[in-house]
Amino acid sequence: MTTSVETAPSARKTNLGEFILRTPAVGPALALLVAIAVFAMTTDTFLELDNLSLVVAQSLVIGTIALGQTLIILTAGIDLSCASIAVLATLVMADLAVGGMPGWVALLLGIVVTSAIAALNGALITSIRLPPFIVTLGMFTIATAVARIYSDGQSIPTTDSVLRWLSTRRYLFGGIEVTYGMTLALIMVLGLAYALAKTAWGKHVYAVGNDPEAARLSGISVRRTLLSVYIVAGVIYGIAAWQALGRVPNADPNAFQIGNLDAITAVVLGGTSLFGGRGSVLGTMIGALIVATLRSGLTQAGIDDLYQDVATGTLVIVAVALDRLSRRKQS
Amino acid sequence: MGQCGPARGAGSTRSVVRALALGIAGALIFTGCTVERYWGGEKVADNGKAKIGLVTKTDTNPYFVLLRNAARQQARKHGVEFSALAGRFDGDNAGQVTAIENLVQQGATTILITPNSSTGVLAAIDQARAKGVMVLALDTATEPENAVDGTIATDNTEAGEKQGRYVRAALGNTEPQLLMIDGTPGSSVDTERHTGFLRGFGMKEGDRRILGADSANGDQNMAQEAAENLLQRARSVNSVYTMNEPTARGFNAALQGSGLDPIVGSIDGGCQGVSNVRSGQIDATVMQFPAKMAQLGVDAAVEHAKSGKKVSGFHNTGSIVITDKPMPGVPSKNTEWGEKNCWGDT
Repeated sequence: MTTSVETAPSARKTNLGEFILRTPAVGPALALLVAIAVFAMTTDTFLELDNLSLVVAQSLVIGTIALGQTLIILTAGIDLSCASIAVLATLVMADLAVGGMPGWVALLLGIVVTSAIAALNGALITSIRLPPFIVTLGMFTIATAVARIYSDGQSIPTTDSVLRWLSTRRYLFGGIEVTYGMTLALIMVLGLAYALAKTAWGKHVYAVGNDPEAARLSGISVRRTLLSVYIVAGVIYGIAAWQALGRVPNADPNAFQIGNLDAITAVVLGGTSLFGGRGSVLGTMIGALIVATLRSGLTQAGIDDLYQDVATGTLVIVAVALDRLSRRKQS
Repeated sequence: MGQCGPARGAGSTRSVVRALALGIAGALIFTGCTVERYWGGEKVADNGKAKIGLVTKTDTNPYFVLLRNAARQQARKHGVEFSALAGRFDGDNAGQVTAIENLVQQGATTILITPNSSTGVLAAIDQARAKGVMVLALDTATEPENAVDGTIATDNTEAGEKQGRYVRAALGNTEPQLLMIDGTPGSSVDTERHTGFLRGFGMKEGDRRILGADSANGDQNMAQEAAENLLQRARSVNSVYTMNEPTARGFNAALQGSGLDPIVGSIDGGCQGVSNVRSGQIDATVMQFPAKMAQLGVDAAVEHAKSGKKVSGFHNTGSIVITDKPMPGVPSKNTEWGEKNCWGDT
């Protein structure tokens, strides 16, 4: 099996199909636009500016977790512990703040916790060469349990202004409600997209995901790249915890029990390949928006949530099938 | 896997695009069809007609399925719009918040909610009420209770107390040796039933005759495991508190082959639970009436849309001990009555 890392597009004539293939976020973006158009036509409440703001706000937590998940999936890994780590961090942050610690210190310590756990994941995966699925499955179980032990099964409400900052301070931007959380998510997407596209680190991430052996032969430290990806993802999970407290100011050990699967759903809907090496963070944010759009639009169309889940699940399978098909065609 | 070459035939990309288009079209046809089928293209009406949203804890528990079906039926009887949403697991606060927000956006006049964590969804409820939506808690009270306009629920402390009184009476003069299988730690329903049971049983928290307690989140498998572990060290058990009927069934499964036969009490009144009482696996269960909660909630919503009158305070839908071995001083009904009034399937 020979492998060649794709070079920059040549001057070859490109058509629309190739454009979509090369830019994985285009397909999801089209799907999102079509969904919005359909709901705009079938309900008279969906297309209100308030509601569009709401949909974005509803996709922030899972969207942010999914950004970290995207990085890991790009390396052909997977992180089942992502949401449970974030939940643990919400508890740590809220608990420390309730205990009288300044909000920003609690926030930073929460992010330290998520980074440390994610780094441990990365270390186990790179040094003992355990499969990411197994390591993070174990960590998922551990983090969930530790969260319950830490909180004694109780939820911890927080009123700390720093921890709630992402949602409470809102400003109007041409009549549109924008929370700081949305702005932060946008900055994160742009920053990560830049890092992935323009820096050596980003190119290494894609290369490791495409073929670790080839990456190693071309002089990339696979271990260091993988470890860095898990740590960055850990920091992102900490920020996701912050977003979660902004949205529901109540840290709950039972929250986001299937957040890991939700995050993977967003990543897959966003056009990132589960086989690694191909995808984008922008696509992931769009994937998270697609889920929230379906939920919101279908609710406003008066459809019960079990049907909403059927719709989301169908989309996931379609998205992966497309990825599979396009890969087969390429080879 | 992992390969990708620069050469792509124009024909193959075209077919991928075609597949993509097909996929999107398929998803839209699916959602589009359902939209049509549900509303029939009808637009939101705002002429004194209620538009009711029900937000339950999950879709999986037969209890909530019954609550949902009863509410839907009542809404149909009144000819008002109704949609049902839920969290995806016990404790899914974010899911319930999203559901509330979307219902408010949809123009719901009343939201009936079985709140997940009592404090988790308060902010969203606040916002809904600020926009004039009447919010009623069904089955589970919020904390504080006045975070919603009104509460329609079983008084869980009272239900727990009835279970406790029955189990104690069934013990007679025997010195109690109690095991407790609780629900989800921190949930108000769990706390209230537990506290109520001990009050009815006539015992204080921390009493040495409580041989052990464990939480099983109301889940049969977890309850069986917890019970198996507790029974390892509590062979002298003669009385058991269970938080709900799946928990009681789990306890019973753990009892198999142990030779022990303690008095097992439970709460819920599901049809399966009542049949467990009939067959003797559970000695008594305290039945609650979810259909009544749903009906009262929908009626209140219809009235509110018509006249603007809001429900307030706590409405106890009551509870009753179901057993075939009645005890003096503990009012009860037999399983024949129970089977006529139970909820869910056997």
